[in-house]
Amino acid sequence: MDFLTLIQVLDSTIRLATPLLLACLAGLFSERAGIFDIGLEGKMLMAAFFSAAVAALTGSVWLGLLAGVASSMILSGLHGLASITFRGNQLISGVAINFLAAGLTVLIAQDWFQQGGRTPSLIGGGRFTPIVLPFAETLRDVPILGPIYSELLSGHSILVYVAFLMVPATWWILFRTRFGLRLRAVGENPAAVDTAGVSVVGLRYAAVAICGMLCGIAGAYLATALQAGFVKDMTAGRGFIALAALIFAKWRPWYALYACLLFGFLQAIALRYQNIDLFGLVIPVQFMDALPYILTVVILAGFVGKAIPPRAGGEPYVKER
Amino acid sequence: MDKMPQWADVVLIPLISLLLAAILSALVILAIGEDPVAAVQLMVSGALGSTYGWGYTLYYATNFMFTGLAVAVAFHARLFNIGGEGQAMLGGLGVALVALMIPWPHWSIALIFAMLGAMAFGALWAAIPAYLQAKRGSHIVITTIMFNFIAAAVLNYVLVNLLRPAGSMEPATARFPEAVHLPTLHELLAPFGIAFSRAAPANVSLLVAIIACVLVWLLIWRTRTGYEIRAYGHSETGALYAGISPVKITMIAMLISGALAGMMAINNVMGEAERLVLNATEGAGFIGIAVALMGRSHPFGVFLAAILFGFLYQGGAELALWTSIPRELIVVIQALVILFTGALDNMVRMPLEKVFLAARRRRQATEAARKPAE
Repeated sequence: MDFLTLIQVLDSTIRLATPLLLACLAGLFSERAGIFDIGLEGKMLMAAFFSAAVAALTGSVWLGLLAGVASSMILSGLHGLASITFRGNQLISGVAINFLAAGLTVLIAQDWFQQGGRTPSLIGGGRFTPIVLPFAETLRDVPILGPIYSELLSGHSILVYVAFLMVPATWWILFRTRFGLRLRAVGENPAAVDTAGVSVVGLRYAAVAICGMLCGIAGAYLATALQAGFVKDMTAGRGFIALAALIFAKWRPWYALYACLLFGFLQAIALRYQNIDLFGLVIPVQFMDALPYILTVVILAGFVGKAIPPRAGGEPYVKER
Repeated sequence: MDKMPQWADVVLIPLISLLLAAILSALVILAIGEDPVAAVQLMVSGALGSTYGWGYTLYYATNFMFTGLAVAVAFHARLFNIGGEGQAMLGGLGVALVALMIPWPHWSIALIFAMLGAMAFGALWAAIPAYLQAKRGSHIVITTIMFNFIAAAVLNYVLVNLLRPAGSMEPATARFPEAVHLPTLHELLAPFGIAFSRAAPANVSLLVAIIACVLVWLLIWRTRTGYEIRAYGHSETGALYAGISPVKITMIAMLISGALAGMMAINNVMGEAERLVLNATEGAGFIGIAVALMGRSHPFGVFLAAILFGFLYQGGAELALWTSIPRELIVVIQALVILFTGALDNMVRMPLEKVFLAARRRRQATEAARKPAE
């Protein structure tokens, strides 16, 4: 692999890691507050559809983004209603949300556009355009650093930069603010938070809302930046890879970045090379596809470090037993 | 003390949940500009109006009985097995290997060994997450999700690289030999003079599924193992004090669950397609979740819920054929059923409990008022 190919692979790594990263941080907020969320996939899918649909109808990608985030947050509200207010099973609720999104998006898309469950292709203002960083053109010919700056770092849509900036932001919110402290506490020991006079329900709803917002951006990125329009089931398991990355990162923001970059890299490789010939040993593309899941199972099994989820995760909080 | 009589818990709550799901589905149909009443009529006539419709309804129901039982058995041990899809996929591989590798003299012998193959492969695929949950404490929901994706990759690899017949471009196995053809309901009922549609895919696997329902009932409520599974699901610590090994119960429950999910392949792979294709399961593993939730994890409930979902599946296909409502309507209905019978269970339960409590209090008050008068 020569240098330029490497740059290209890393470039698509960044593109593919972005939706994973946003969804992963979304899950991070939710699960740190004690609400398991396997509905990341569904929220992303719903947001992808509504952002593409509204962008196609209005011609404005920003309105699309807004609609995507709103639709994802509605699903988050549903998850909150089921798992916080009615103390239902969070996992079952997440499963239901995934199906709801998979069905509704195609149903509505067919009703609105009659194109077999897809939206029309987005053109012009309906898409997020690449942002060229300053001096990217002039620096292009500088050896080594030039391509890194102008190919790898420059030329992504604004959502990519937002996603990467969300990593320090998440770290800061969770570990340097009072809200973050309480949010983490509510995922470890909600009774203590309740005793301190802070609303467990309020905090958990806040966490779930942030989760919905980030999933919404992730979905909008898929449909309006990475691709031009919505197609049926376009998230293609990304929500679950994000979930895997979250476990891989052991529920920590910076590690989430590394995990998402790793999984994005695996996707980029699998996309570019079908079967990889490694010193005579052929690695099939299916193995590359499955690798994030296999790695996660290995991590979960505790063979490489131990992934310990927030202690109150998955448990509805019941005041006074 | 119970807050509600048992019939309310077993019948009333699922019915109300189902009703809520149906109302919302009707609203969805209205919202996309179609008539819900006409849609239901079309679904009923399409799924139940002919032996052809029934044949498809029962064919789908057979799939859902297996996957529903699979989820239900795991539920009894309070294990949430989302991996039915992957286990059923691998079960298909087991069936295909059995059917293709050995020249069987008669379908009945082939069926028995295909069942064993399906069960072995399905159970194997459930065994790894089960072991990791029991021994290493990794969350079974997450591992079974991961194993669904890994199963899809494994099947893809095997079909593309190993089992694809020479000269074929499609990732699928060769057709199974004629000898392993399972008799359809048409062939089974013809000797009795009952005319059943020749085109419908429902086959002898339906009987196997019904037997499986009975066997699971026997297992859960009439055996020591079943008692241990339920005890473990009810209270892990209680079971521990009673000397029930969590590792053993987790493994047993998940192995049975995986074997049941894998068994689905005798219906869809051996009974219908008669070869293994990619995505042969068509999401039946996930529908098992809705079926088990609606059936309250009871085999008889699973049986009824499977037939209901078979009806929805076939009716939905008819809808997609004759109207502009896409098949995905079923996915929405499925989601609503899971939502209301599973996650929003308390939303229905809490007000009902209040009603029953109030009724009981009134009854006690009138009895108390009557007593001094006597």
